[in-house]
Amino acid sequence: MPDIKQLAQMLNELDDLLTRCMRCGMCQAQCPVFAKTGKEADVTRGKLALISGLSREILKDPAQVQEKLNRCLLCGTCEANCPSGVKVTDIFLRARAILNGYLGLSRTQKLVFRCLLTHPGLMNKLISMGALFQGLFSKQADQVIGTSCARFNTPLIKDRHFKKLSARPLHRQVPSMDTPAGSSGLRVAFFPGCVVDKVFPEVGLAALKILKHHQVGIYMPSGQFCCGIPSLSAGESDSFSRLVRKNVKLFSAAKWDYLLTPCATCTATMRELWPVYHKESLGRVITNNVMDVSQFLVDILGVKPAENNREKTSVFYHDPCHLRNTLQVTAQPRAVLSAGGKYSVAEPPNGASCCGSGGSFNLKHYQLSQDIGRQKTRDIAFTGAPVAATSCPACMLQLADMLSKEKISIPVKHVLELYAESL
Amino acid sequence: MPSHSLQKEFEKLVGQDNVMTSESDLHAYSYDSAVLDQVSPGIVVRPTTSEALGQVVRLCNDNELKLTVRGAGTNLSGGTIPVAGGVVCLTTALNKILEINEHDLYAVVQPGVVTARFAAEVASKGLLYPPDPGSQAVSTLGGNVAENAGGLRALKYGVTKDYVMGVDFFDVEGNLVRSGSRTVKCVTGYNLAGLMVASEGTLGVFEKLILKLVPPPKAIKSMMAEFDDVGAASQTVSAIIAAKIVPATLEFMDNFTIRTVENFRGAGLNTDAAALLLIEVDGHPAQVEDDAAQVADICRAHNAKNVKLARDAEERAAVWQARRDALPALARVKPTTVLEDATVPRSRIPDMMKALKRIADEYKLTIGTFGHAGDGNLHPTILTDKRDVKEWERVEKAIDAIFDQALAMGGTLSGEHGIGLAKAKYMQHEHGAAAIEYSRKIKRVMDPRNILNPGKILGPLLK
Repeated sequence: MPDIKQLAQMLNELDDLLTRCMRCGMCQAQCPVFAKTGKEADVTRGKLALISGLSREILKDPAQVQEKLNRCLLCGTCEANCPSGVKVTDIFLRARAILNGYLGLSRTQKLVFRCLLTHPGLMNKLISMGALFQGLFSKQADQVIGTSCARFNTPLIKDRHFKKLSARPLHRQVPSMDTPAGSSGLRVAFFPGCVVDKVFPEVGLAALKILKHHQVGIYMPSGQFCCGIPSLSAGESDSFSRLVRKNVKLFSAAKWDYLLTPCATCTATMRELWPVYHKESLGRVITNNVMDVSQFLVDILGVKPAENNREKTSVFYHDPCHLRNTLQVTAQPRAVLSAGGKYSVAEPPNGASCCGSGGSFNLKHYQLSQDIGRQKTRDIAFTGAPVAATSCPACMLQLADMLSKEKISIPVKHVLELYAESL
Repeated sequence: MPSHSLQKEFEKLVGQDNVMTSESDLHAYSYDSAVLDQVSPGIVVRPTTSEALGQVVRLCNDNELKLTVRGAGTNLSGGTIPVAGGVVCLTTALNKILEINEHDLYAVVQPGVVTARFAAEVASKGLLYPPDPGSQAVSTLGGNVAENAGGLRALKYGVTKDYVMGVDFFDVEGNLVRSGSRTVKCVTGYNLAGLMVASEGTLGVFEKLILKLVPPPKAIKSMMAEFDDVGAASQTVSAIIAAKIVPATLEFMDNFTIRTVENFRGAGLNTDAAALLLIEVDGHPAQVEDDAAQVADICRAHNAKNVKLARDAEERAAVWQARRDALPALARVKPTTVLEDATVPRSRIPDMMKALKRIADEYKLTIGTFGHAGDGNLHPTILTDKRDVKEWERVEKAIDAIFDQALAMGGTLSGEHGIGLAKAKYMQHEHGAAAIEYSRKIKRVMDPRNILNPGKILGPLLK
């Protein structure tokens, strides 16, 4: 382990980014974690001060700083609203990587990041075994939402109402695809992402159905790897790069016009983080051709909200942070949701906000994650909408868990599923 | 640093979860929004009830622990930077709106209520709480009263002190002192509530606030006027007031700020303009129409090149977006942003602008100036990099020079940001030794052990 001086030196490379923060504290109005705890070390200004304190050797205990840095959803709301334009995500991800290099990972994290994520074959096998046995320890929680809960107390599951792993993951149902462009003249690469593949294969199928309907050719290679965000947000730069390298190789093997994902987080990671944190070539995967599926449908294919006078079912739309804050994609999913002519969009009463999932944040800080998520269920209940929809499978898991626990028994859908119904 | 047994006592008062002593937590309360050195407290406590707040004050006094009360930590003068090893007491858990009285036009709140949340709640009842400091989205009402915060509407509506009807506070021994009333008129005893305003946590700890509410205006009209000359813009300000019109808001932006904002937002501001005035009149619809037309005429009579009246809510939003962008846009130019608020009588704004130009040239600094022209409260904003030691020395000299100029013109050190640590050394210059000594005597009697936010406003007490 290098000494604290070396750690300070490493963190010093963030100095130019850190001095941008003028400590105005306006992030207190944005941070979902701070809204629950009211503690300065939980808000961006506090976290930036901690990194800076460590780099200037005022602070002596990097483990404390690491723990505070992990109490962040990486939702990017503070960054999108920062008066002085601090590159918060960049600072946090780099600081996590530096601290992680200094303090090391736990054995479980090493196993997940270095062995499982980088070996999708092995991971798929383990997960399908899990899928076989999950019935033994779980029971149904909410039939409409499709959630389960543990039969007995387990440390990982706690009192979660979870969506079970699919018995028929997408890679089993559609191992790969390689179809030519149809009348649209376009061909896309499709990256379903881990959660869609393993928990929500129906979202992947909906996306494929929509693309076929619009005469778009599809390239979906088998053996896809994780987009890398769990590794990067845990500060595992090396396994992140390994995953990107493998995906780049896979997707550069054929020609296509756009790379699409139905996952807000995967899209944001590939568009915004791959170019910055992966120092090698990205092959065909260049920032501008990576897109959220609904963004492609609206911006490229010209899909529009349907105009008819039918009575519509109102659907609560939850903006995933990685589309809203990171990519400013908010209008397109709403357009796709109403494109089938059957649904209209219900907006949250107090504007968009994070659902509290935050990927691994939900695993590490489940109580906080729930406190944030409960607010979302109150927003949904307020609108009285009989369906909740979003554009991110991670948000879907969180919404399902929270709604199920609050006994608000309404289905949680991906906007692509709702549009696919009409085709 | 409070001992382990004292820590236990604090835990008994506020609960273990609301006592913070780890290195990282303490570091997170070592600063506020002022560009000053950080100082870590020894313990941070977050009472969740009024009773616990009073007991915390008493415990601090009994043990001579220096106590700094903190809301959102957004003040710009170091008022919430604690004493090394002292106690920081957070008001963020005391955040209840206790009453909004629509008949008697007042509200009662706990000190930790966020200003914008309160204003929105008041607006939902069809009333208005006018003070709107720039940090209102996060600032707390307790902090607003302790700093006597201002805002954009001060010209017509006044500042926080004009809306404080009463303050219930704990004295240093933890006794609850009630002051003021829920009535418009009240002449019983010393104006203790007035004494609490702008006291920056040095005389008592607020328990609850009684705030005045007003009916909102029925109509609002906004406009933007471009000028070739700063002098003409500031003469326009005086001429508007001389015409017996008091706009709700009368804001100014200099050419550097205009260019920076345009570069930031690209909303189509005229980057050749030497100055912009952003003006809003409000009141009865008929009067607003008249006032707006007259103000536009006055602008044109003073050679405004272009006067744009906002025709709808969208155009009005565009006018104020430009003003809201001023600080964010300036802040992105350089790593360190020093936002000052020296204030002069409004007729002296042209002189102050000339002085600022001279100071920027003399100390080779970039200064963008915007602010509340209507009340003479300018925000000369020095864009610098604190890590550049040589330049920082020049910044400090320039700040001294700005204050000298403001005082020489009959102005004041601070219109709305407070004195805190940053400006304590200039106080004698503005108010004279007698005023400082008088204030120190009050402080000595109210707080004999000097535990309430010591060092703020008056500088270190002479023993």
